[in-house]
Amino acid sequence: MVRKIRLSTTPTPQALAELKLGDIVYLDGLMYTAREGVYMRALEEQANIPMELPSESAANFHCSPAATINPDGSFTLGAVTATASFRFAKWIGEWFAKSGAKLVIGKGGMSPETYREHFVPNGAIYLTTVGYGTGALLGRGVENVEAVHWADELGMAQAMWVLKCNQMGPFIVASDLAGNCLFERENKKTAPSLSAAYQGTRPATMKRYGETDDRTDEVI
Amino acid sequence: MIAIDLIRSTAETLMDKAAIEIPDDYLDGLKATAAEEDGDLSSFVLQAMLENYEVAKEDRRAMCGDTGCPRWFVKMGNEARVEGGPIALEEALRRATAEATNGVPLRPNRVHPLWRTDHNNNVGIGAPEIEYGFEPGGDWIDLITVHKGGLFGTDYRMLFPSDGIEGIKRFYLDSLAAFGKRGLACQPAIIGIGLGGSKDTCMVLGKRAACLRTVGDRNPDPKIAELELEFTEIGNSIGMGPMGFVGKSMVIDCHIEVGYCHTGGMQMSVHAFCLSSRRACARVWGDGRVEYRTDPDWFTPYQRRETVDWPETAVAAE
Repeated sequence: MVRKIRLSTTPTPQALAELKLGDIVYLDGLMYTAREGVYMRALEEQANIPMELPSESAANFHCSPAATINPDGSFTLGAVTATASFRFAKWIGEWFAKSGAKLVIGKGGMSPETYREHFVPNGAIYLTTVGYGTGALLGRGVENVEAVHWADELGMAQAMWVLKCNQMGPFIVASDLAGNCLFERENKKTAPSLSAAYQGTRPATMKRYGETDDRTDEVI
Repeated sequence: MIAIDLIRSTAETLMDKAAIEIPDDYLDGLKATAAEEDGDLSSFVLQAMLENYEVAKEDRRAMCGDTGCPRWFVKMGNEARVEGGPIALEEALRRATAEATNGVPLRPNRVHPLWRTDHNNNVGIGAPEIEYGFEPGGDWIDLITVHKGGLFGTDYRMLFPSDGIEGIKRFYLDSLAAFGKRGLACQPAIIGIGLGGSKDTCMVLGKRAACLRTVGDRNPDPKIAELELEFTEIGNSIGMGPMGFVGKSMVIDCHIEVGYCHTGGMQMSVHAFCLSSRRACARVWGDGRVEYRTDPDWFTPYQRRETVDWPETAVAAE
């Protein structure tokens, strides 16, 4: 059976230490969205981050919500779904140093190497969204849109949305403080049955250049 | 004459329905799959998805925050005339896409590939895609919108007759595993396979097989129908479920479409529609009637015809 746990978006080291791979988590507190746009602006262009991190929030969501900024400046927020996190590996180390994030939330987790190199030294864990498309459930967990930063500079999809969460979830613990990786564990378990399904199939007659790193390979 | 205002308002309603309401055929298929699933985490994910569909309808909130790439398939009966012609029709569909982006709301996903310009309305160069088909008879136009994810779950490979069914199976498994790991394909999904055509039409066939056929529908060629069932079963036997967790819910259904190809080749494409399977359709008639449905009914005998002419039309015209 799965275990369900409520967690603050500014979690204590003790609370994080108790989390196990596969635990189901619901979040309370402020979280912010940051993906390639925010990383490039904050890290490469060295723009000042417009909120106090990590005291206001230690939860970085790889997301852009389906939302509208109304003419009066208020927000209408619909569904909320994460985007695939592995693409952001090149920025995550520097982002930890700058933001003090303890929770990285997104789609599909990151590599075991990224966990060992960047998450473990920073005492951070990864939470994956479920499905991936529990957008309506997660949208319901957002009590309020507190602010949208850099909307003019980055556009709505890449802007830094600050969301107030109330039992927002579900999320699944995909890495722990020791750097163990849920997806790596599951992939190892599925490998034997996957191998069995390949029995009797044949590799394509024409190979693709680039499937090997050997540039002298006679690819045909 | 089909009124242009009716086309636009119907298109806006369709954008809303596609984003919010899970089609019944997919929902029934997923429920049947969920009943069989025994992996702990996989079962949890499927239950969360089922709950998500309910919440979406209750709140009139999109099922998924990632709108994908909204697109249109338009099919016209041979007798249909649209007020203002095809230019007005395209403007109506582009406007409906923009309006719904702010209205539902949907995520403004579409940006320029290089300059990342975002008009915040899912409209831009070539966006939304609008594709056309025609059907004998009928003073009606079918509007079909599909909001398919845009990044993962799709691949193409040039195979040859010598690769055979074993080669097709191999590439199918490669694609399922590549995008199924960590759940990037947002499975369990309807898988569409395109065989033949040329590179571009092979991709089109596979995409349409995934997005424009309903769960349980079978190809009229009995041998292809058999392959569809076999591939569904194979997909569910690789030990992988939703999010790549241990499980057996990978493929809700598999649809295969074929097109005549170069005598030396056997092009193949694989497409995974996602957990939200966002599609909605309506038929708008010249007399002002509008009928909503979830089955695009795209692949009619006429669309799959092999002959030069279409004898049924000749008979009807007499």
